[in-house]
Amino acid sequence: MLASDVPSPLSRERVAAIAALANLELDDSELDLFARQLAEILAYAEEIQTADTTGVAPTAAVVARHPADRPDVVVPSLDTADALMNAPEATAPFFRVPRVIG
Amino acid sequence: MSNVATARETRDAVRAGAASAVEACRSALARLDAAEPELHAFNTVAADRALARAAAIDRDRAAWRDAPLAGVPVAVKDNICTRGVRTTASSRALERFIPPYDATVIQRLEAAGAVVIGKTNCDEFAMGSSTENSAFGPARNPWALDRTPGGSSGGSAAAVAARITPLALGSDTGGSIRQPAAMCGVVGLKPTYGRVSRYGLIAFGSSLDQVGPIATCVADAAMVLRVLAGHDPADATSAPDGVSDYEAALTGDIRGIRIGVPRQMLAEGVDPGVALAFNAALDVLEARGAALIDIELAHARFAIPVYYLVATAEASSNLARYDGVRYGLRAGGHDLHTMYSSSREAGFGPEVKRRIMLGTYVLSAGYYDAYYLKAQQVRTLILRDYENAFTRVDAVAMPTAPAPAFRIGEKTSDPLQMYLTDVFTVSANLAGLPAISIPCGFSNAVPGEARLPVGLQLTGRRFDEATLLRIGDAYERDTPWSKHLPPHPSR
Repeated sequence: MLASDVPSPLSRERVAAIAALANLELDDSELDLFARQLAEILAYAEEIQTADTTGVAPTAAVVARHPADRPDVVVPSLDTADALMNAPEATAPFFRVPRVIG
Repeated sequence: MSNVATARETRDAVRAGAASAVEACRSALARLDAAEPELHAFNTVAADRALARAAAIDRDRAAWRDAPLAGVPVAVKDNICTRGVRTTASSRALERFIPPYDATVIQRLEAAGAVVIGKTNCDEFAMGSSTENSAFGPARNPWALDRTPGGSSGGSAAAVAARITPLALGSDTGGSIRQPAAMCGVVGLKPTYGRVSRYGLIAFGSSLDQVGPIATCVADAAMVLRVLAGHDPADATSAPDGVSDYEAALTGDIRGIRIGVPRQMLAEGVDPGVALAFNAALDVLEARGAALIDIELAHARFAIPVYYLVATAEASSNLARYDGVRYGLRAGGHDLHTMYSSSREAGFGPEVKRRIMLGTYVLSAGYYDAYYLKAQQVRTLILRDYENAFTRVDAVAMPTAPAPAFRIGEKTSDPLQMYLTDVFTVSANLAGLPAISIPCGFSNAVPGEARLPVGLQLTGRRFDEATLLRIGDAYERDTPWSKHLPPHPSR
C-alpha cells in the first residue's frame, strides 16, 4: 500500500480486540476514531517495508557496553508506608483491590 | 542581579553574597506569578519547598561556596519525580500522585545548590509535540500566545524563554527537549542515551528517553550537564563513562571542526524562514573556521515511522502499570478487571490511548515481525548511517524543526501531521546520540506577524556532548539570538 492511498479503516472488532489486550475500555466513538487513525498511521509506516534489512540485526536499545549486574545483596528501599502513600485503597501492608474470586 | 540573569550570574551573585538564594527564589516565583496567566507553563508551584531550600542555603553559605548551582532557581518537567511535590506527567491518571522519592537528577541538582520552584506543563506522559496533550490545558509560546511552545517539554522551554528561571529540566524521547527549545528561542540539550540517569523519570520509551537541560545559553547548559551526568547504579542503562569538563570545552575555537550537512534531506519540506536562518547559521560556523561537508543519511526518511512504531510499543508496555492499584486514578468496577480498564479509560487522554493502541497493535501476534521487528532493523540502519557519517565529520547540522511554532489547535485533529514535526529530531534518539538545539534567528515568513524563533540542531558522537557545546558556544559568541527576549509576559 502506498502512503498516499486513503487506507481503509481497521475493523471495529479488531480495534476492540486490541483495546482488550491493552486493558482499555473504549466507547463507540473512540473505536471508530482509532479504527481510522490507526489505519492511517500504519499505512504511513508501511514505508519501512521498502528498506532492505536482509541480514540486519535489530536494535532494541543503544546501551553502554558494561555489565549492569550487581551482587545479590539486600539494600535499603522504599518503606511500606511510603510505598502505600499513593494507593487508592490500602490496608497496611497491603494494597486493596476489588474481589478477585467470586 | 537583573531579572534576566543567567544561571551562572545568579550562582555567582549568591556565592559572592550580592544576592541571597531566598531573593533569587522569590524573584523567580514573582516572575512565575506574573507570567502564568498568559503562559500556563506550570502544573504545580512548589513555593514552600523552594523557599525552605533557599533559606537553608542562605543559613550555611560557606557550605555552598563551591556549589555549581548555588541558589539557582530551576523549573522541572512534571514527569520527573520530586519527593513530596505532586508529579502528574500532565495526566489525570497521576493528578494526585505525590512521589515518595526524588529522581536522581533532582538529587544531583539539589546537591549542587539548585532550588526547584515548580513542575512544568508538558504533553501527557511526554507524548506530543506541542504541550496541547496536557490534561490541564495547553501551555503557550512566549513569542506568540496563539502558538504552542512546542513539546513535549513545552512548559520548561516557555519558562526559560520567559526568563522565569534560567534553567529547566526536560525529557527527550523523540525531540521533546530540542523542539520546544527551538520554538521558544532557548538552548536545549538531549544527552547521549545513558549519560544522565533516568531513575525517577516517568517512563515513556525506555530505549529512547533521556533527561536534559533547557537554558538561555550554551554555557549554562554545559554547566548543568556536568551536574546531571554520571553513572547511577539505580539506572541499569546508565553509563559508567567519565564525565567531561564541559565548560572547559567552551574555547570559542572551532577551526578545523568538520560539520556534516545532509543537504538532500533538507531539500524539501522546510519552511523558507527556517531554511534561511539555518543556512545563515552554517555561514557563521564556516566563517569561524569550521569545515562544512555534505553527507547523506540515507535511511533518515524512515526515522518517523520507525520512531512511532518503537516508541509506542515501549509506551504500551510502560503504561501497563497504570491500573489503579498502587497509585494513580482508580475508577469504579466491582471486579478487578473492570476496575483496571475503567481506571485506564478515565485516566488517559486521547493521544496516550492512541499510542497505547498503536503499540499494542504492533506488538500483537501476527504483526510483531512486520512492524516492530522490521522497525528495529531499520533502526540499525539509521544508526549505521550516523556511524558512517562520524568517520568523516565531528557533528551533523540540521534545523531542529522543519517549521517554527504552529498555532494552538492547528494540528490536534491530525495526529500524523503532528508526528511529522519530529522529522529532524527522532533519529538522535533512535541512535542514542547527543543533540543540541541552539537559537539561530527568527522566521518572519508572514510580515506583520510575530517573530518566531528557529533552532539550529547539532548531533554528535556518543558521549561527545563537549564538541556540540563547543560549536554551539562559538556560534553564540558571533550571534545575538540568545539575548533576544520574547514579548510575553510583557515587562
